[in-house]
Amino acid sequence: MSEPLIFELGAPGRTSSYMPDCDVPGRPPEELVPADLLRKRPPEFPEVGEREAAGHFTRLSSLNYGVDTGFYPLGSCTMKYNPKINEYAARLPGFARLHPYQPEDQAQGALRLMYETQGYLAEITGMDQFTLQPAAGAHGEFTGLLMIKAYHDHRGDTGRRKVIVSDSSHGTNPATAALCGLEVLQIRSGRDGTVDMEALGEALGDDTAAVMLTNPNTLGLFEKEILEIAGAVHRAGAMLYCDGANMNAVMGISRPGDMGFDVIHLNLHKTFSTPHGGGGPGSGPVGVKSHLAPFLPSPVVRLNPDSGIYFFDYDRPLSIGKVRAFYGNFGVVVRAYAYIRAVGGEGLREASENAVINANYLLSLLKGKYRVPFDRHCMHEFVVAPPAGFRESGLHTVDIAKRLMDYGYHPPTVYFPLIVEEALMVEPTETESKATLDDFARAMLEIAREGLESPGLLRDAPVSTPVSRLDEVSAARRPRLRWQPPGAAE
Amino acid sequence: MMYPENLRYTKEHEWIRLEGGRGVVGVTHYAQDQLGDVVFVELPEVGREVRAGESFGAVESVKSVSDVYAPVSGRVVAVNEALADAPEQVNRDPYGQGWLIAVELNDPSEIAGLLTAEQYRALVE
Repeated sequence: MSEPLIFELGAPGRTSSYMPDCDVPGRPPEELVPADLLRKRPPEFPEVGEREAAGHFTRLSSLNYGVDTGFYPLGSCTMKYNPKINEYAARLPGFARLHPYQPEDQAQGALRLMYETQGYLAEITGMDQFTLQPAAGAHGEFTGLLMIKAYHDHRGDTGRRKVIVSDSSHGTNPATAALCGLEVLQIRSGRDGTVDMEALGEALGDDTAAVMLTNPNTLGLFEKEILEIAGAVHRAGAMLYCDGANMNAVMGISRPGDMGFDVIHLNLHKTFSTPHGGGGPGSGPVGVKSHLAPFLPSPVVRLNPDSGIYFFDYDRPLSIGKVRAFYGNFGVVVRAYAYIRAVGGEGLREASENAVINANYLLSLLKGKYRVPFDRHCMHEFVVAPPAGFRESGLHTVDIAKRLMDYGYHPPTVYFPLIVEEALMVEPTETESKATLDDFARAMLEIAREGLESPGLLRDAPVSTPVSRLDEVSAARRPRLRWQPPGAAE
Repeated sequence: MMYPENLRYTKEHEWIRLEGGRGVVGVTHYAQDQLGDVVFVELPEVGREVRAGESFGAVESVKSVSDVYAPVSGRVVAVNEALADAPEQVNRDPYGQGWLIAVELNDPSEIAGLLTAEQYRALVE
């Protein structure tokens, strides 16, 4: 990469800020700070002028690839385009400059927005109540499982310590269960890629706290037996948790609450069009059915119907407590609210329909060349594997992903879900045009041809990016996380 | 010799070799090939009791993190400390230097229920 680190720019003494003269009597630091806390030599700060700093960061920003730059088909991440009106709304001074300790009577607009967002999310998912506190998806899972644990314990049913997850689940599901001090039991998917009812039945018991599922699952397949699954889970006395990461497939069409789920977390930063990845913080609201509502994190935003005043309800004796400072990532909630209000119920349904149509269209273009492990209609995303003949040439999914960068695309998710060997997981989202999908498919088919005719092109890729293929083993084992001045000991 | 005859195997791609009353456990050639370059191995403490089928640690590669499961029940009597500095041994020598743990078996007859080399080869090929 041609751009140096900012430490490598500038010259000693160069600066871009000019401090006024000190107008109080000065004293040497030795008199003010204990000797053992004083540093021995000055810190190595970059010394650059404003011109150099601005140039450096502007050049770096031009190397960035994001949803505003191009197609970003990262499976299970819903990298849809985020309308700029959302940013406008979040930057309104009444939202952006609110202090978290602002008295409730001075923040009625913000409270109303939170209250209404809770209601919209409940309507969209078929749940009874929502909290907006969790900071992102995995945090939402954590909140949800803590509530399930509290629910069982409150009933005196304290022997439920197992959480059942599918072998195609997001890695956060078993990780969440482990973090909650629960035992993880993984069950195998059936031949068609969905939950195996027999395996589920064998795993369920009076020690099961919850079953965590994603619907549609990470293979982009809808769990058609979800009602039977929910029945079996509830008969065993357990709760059914919905990982809502894939909600973009079903908005306005089917509701997890109607499928029998007791808890769901949403990713506002995926489904409800707010920036994520490097673009901003997430938000993972959690919805519950009424039997779990007493355990929601405190406070919950409520409306006094008599006075019309919104308030924080802290009077929740069974609450699991706070899970996040203040009320979550409020700016993200404003963006999601703006999105929901802008497109409306019909618009959300249309978004999901187009997300599913786009995924099926793209899958149909790739199907002949790329191997399809589960050959049926997909939902909003799908999984393929490298073309026949790649393995013989020593080519792997990672080589396809790297070569896609040379064609100007962000690669899809790779090596996930784990149950598909050499998986390549593609989620085009509803915001891409047919022309974009056609172009991407052409690049994928071209790569399929290149792999068989000149595999070196894939093995050496990428060649047109600021940095070429990274040494991932060294990066994982001997990471260099801190700049050191030349000559300093590592 | 990708799947030595003197070992027994699991469907989760572990192998076990009996040495007296102890079983040495590792992951198979197929597993290390699927994982890709191994960068970190998480192992249990010596003395821990493991049950057959229970996860006793994890192998992390540049692609993913995978649990490793105990082929038999017993007590962990040794772990391969060398993997902390040289996790690549799991790739280079999965049946030798890349071993993970040694277990004192509760019930040596559990071995008979595991896959033979021939059965395991049929599973992965």
